[in-house]
Amino acid sequence: MDLLLQVMVGAVRGGTSILYAALGETLSERAGVINLGTEGCMLVGALSAYAVTAQTGSPWAGLLAGAAAGGLLALIHAVLVLSRKANQLATGLVVLFLGLGLTSLFGASYVRESINAFHPIAIPGLSSIPWLGEIFFDHDPLTYLSYAVGPAMWWLLYRSRWGLLVRAAGEREEVLAAYGHSPLRVKYLAVCGGGALAGIGGAQLATAYTNAWFENMTAGRGFIAVALVIFAAWHPLKCVTGAYLFGACLALSPALQARGIGINQFALDALPYVVTVLVLIFLGRKRLHAAPEGLRKVFEMAPAS
Amino acid sequence: MTRRWRLGAATFAVLALATAACSSNGSTTETTSGDTTPVATAPGTGGKAVGFIFVGPKDDVGYNQAAYDGSQAVAKAFPDLKVLTAENVPEDDNATRVMEDMISKGAKIIFATSYGHLDPAAKVAAAHPDVVVIQQGNLIKGTVAPNFGTYFGTVYEPVYLAGIAAGKATKSNKLGYVYAFPIPQTTENISAFQLGAASVNPAVQTFTVATSDWCNPAKQAEAANSLLSEGVDVITQHQDCTKTIIEKTEAAGAFTVGYHADGSALAPKGWLTGSQWAWGPLYVDIVKTTLAGDFTGSKYNDNYRVGLKTGDNPFVQSKYGPSVTDETKALIDTARAAIALPDGSPFKGPVMDQDGKVIFAAGTTPDYVTIEGPAFFVQGVVGKLPT
Repeated sequence: MDLLLQVMVGAVRGGTSILYAALGETLSERAGVINLGTEGCMLVGALSAYAVTAQTGSPWAGLLAGAAAGGLLALIHAVLVLSRKANQLATGLVVLFLGLGLTSLFGASYVRESINAFHPIAIPGLSSIPWLGEIFFDHDPLTYLSYAVGPAMWWLLYRSRWGLLVRAAGEREEVLAAYGHSPLRVKYLAVCGGGALAGIGGAQLATAYTNAWFENMTAGRGFIAVALVIFAAWHPLKCVTGAYLFGACLALSPALQARGIGINQFALDALPYVVTVLVLIFLGRKRLHAAPEGLRKVFEMAPAS
Repeated sequence: MTRRWRLGAATFAVLALATAACSSNGSTTETTSGDTTPVATAPGTGGKAVGFIFVGPKDDVGYNQAAYDGSQAVAKAFPDLKVLTAENVPEDDNATRVMEDMISKGAKIIFATSYGHLDPAAKVAAAHPDVVVIQQGNLIKGTVAPNFGTYFGTVYEPVYLAGIAAGKATKSNKLGYVYAFPIPQTTENISAFQLGAASVNPAVQTFTVATSDWCNPAKQAEAANSLLSEGVDVITQHQDCTKTIIEKTEAAGAFTVGYHADGSALAPKGWLTGSQWAWGPLYVDIVKTTLAGDFTGSKYNDNYRVGLKTGDNPFVQSKYGPSVTDETKALIDTARAAIALPDGSPFKGPVMDQDGKVIFAAGTTPDYVTIEGPAFFVQGVVGKLPT
């Protein structure tokens, strides 16, 4: 297979879990809440999906469990941040370690289990289009579902009334309150919805992509998703492009190696993170203007007295 | 007021839970209990316990599970000894801490079962002359302390034999090897696999993909997909967890050669054969020798390697899959007998490196120290070692 084609196929395959998590984080940050625990939400989503699929034999039941688990972990974040006014960044890290710890603890017995996972289904007709067919139409059902989530999130945020409330909550919650809405309720829904999407991302990783559970199997994908939201300027459609870019970075190393192209493996492994740093350096300042105003409060803290 | 207190308590509970869950890695658990108190003279004698540390979880269907099963064989053979086990012990000073903890609980024999546990194990052995520390898979360079040693199976022997099955099964003449890091133990396996395959199919090549991780399912999936789409039709691996790669290979209709554990149930059609561990007898013998006070100066007080020549290789060939022909099985039997001869080895010269330069000249048989020396790939392996 052509190298470029293979990297692009790999980009979709490997980028989908990041795509879900990044769209979830977009929703959360649009409402003014950063969830650094996205990685934790992905992990609990991955384990819950895997465990429930193993128990019930249905990966769709697993998917629901994954979304619920991701949403529940995000709820902890929401309670601490929104109702208890805890620092968002510190709480996010606590949520991450909570997810990591809980999944290591309860996941050990699922490492050896096998599941009836989602299988790739080639879409008749579409999958025989050269290039496009292989890149987009020969995947598992959760990947097909992800194609709809980006545009749906865009519609939700920019065309729906609820999306207007979410964005208002992230920009000036006073306006929302004056208008007679509860900013708190909107924010709670956005954070939990974001966690649920991250959970689905984890479910895709465990039950559609790798068909395995192993502790810390997300290996930094949640953090890539958080960085991605910033460089996508909090825009869902740019998030989709960004997720595939990272997917391509992850797919490049094995694709080159399988062709015997001799590049140092450790240099290739660093590529996704090098790209993150570069993009944040070059786009970071420009993108900052696009940040929801509510997010700035997170970083502009008064010194402790 | 009460409400605030309750929320504070809840927050604290969450934090405590997170901390507890994280620090559960590396804590020791006891499996059996008992008591023995003979007089301590030789290193390793007079202990109440035997300690085992593992780098991963004990149920990874791979390397760590095999080592854990071995530790349970020790527990069964020595009911008077406590068997202390610790999972997920990192290959750094944490390992030293865990081993010190085991010694404080009465362990006089410690098995450090991961390649990277060598340095912490050496530290502990130096600090406790009365404790026998024995390390699995690495090599001690220079003089060996009287209470220290390493042991391992000659892993490349069954891998070479499995290579024969792969070389006979492939139609594209492209074999795939997914590995983690270019350590000698891995590169000698890759070379042996290629040598075995080439011994029955000179046109065969082995394509390698490194994941830089002992178990990262996402990287494994992408590695397998890359190899498969390059036309590779037999895949083997050197990873701690093996399921993802086997399932991807089977789904693509390609052949699987296993490693660490019997994965034939995951690949009912494509399973050829593989290599798996049976540590029990060796662990039990090491403990027996040590308890008798005979460790110092014994074969275990060295870099001990067992193989087909000694007839007790703990690394054994897995069962055959349905597609392996009688002709292939006969070829493997012949090769096994040849390796067991005094001058037999998968690396018996002439062996060429990737550039066609002779590494082991015709008529020479390198010993395991040479083979486990600096990493190399033999001719026919596609992929580059980082320099």
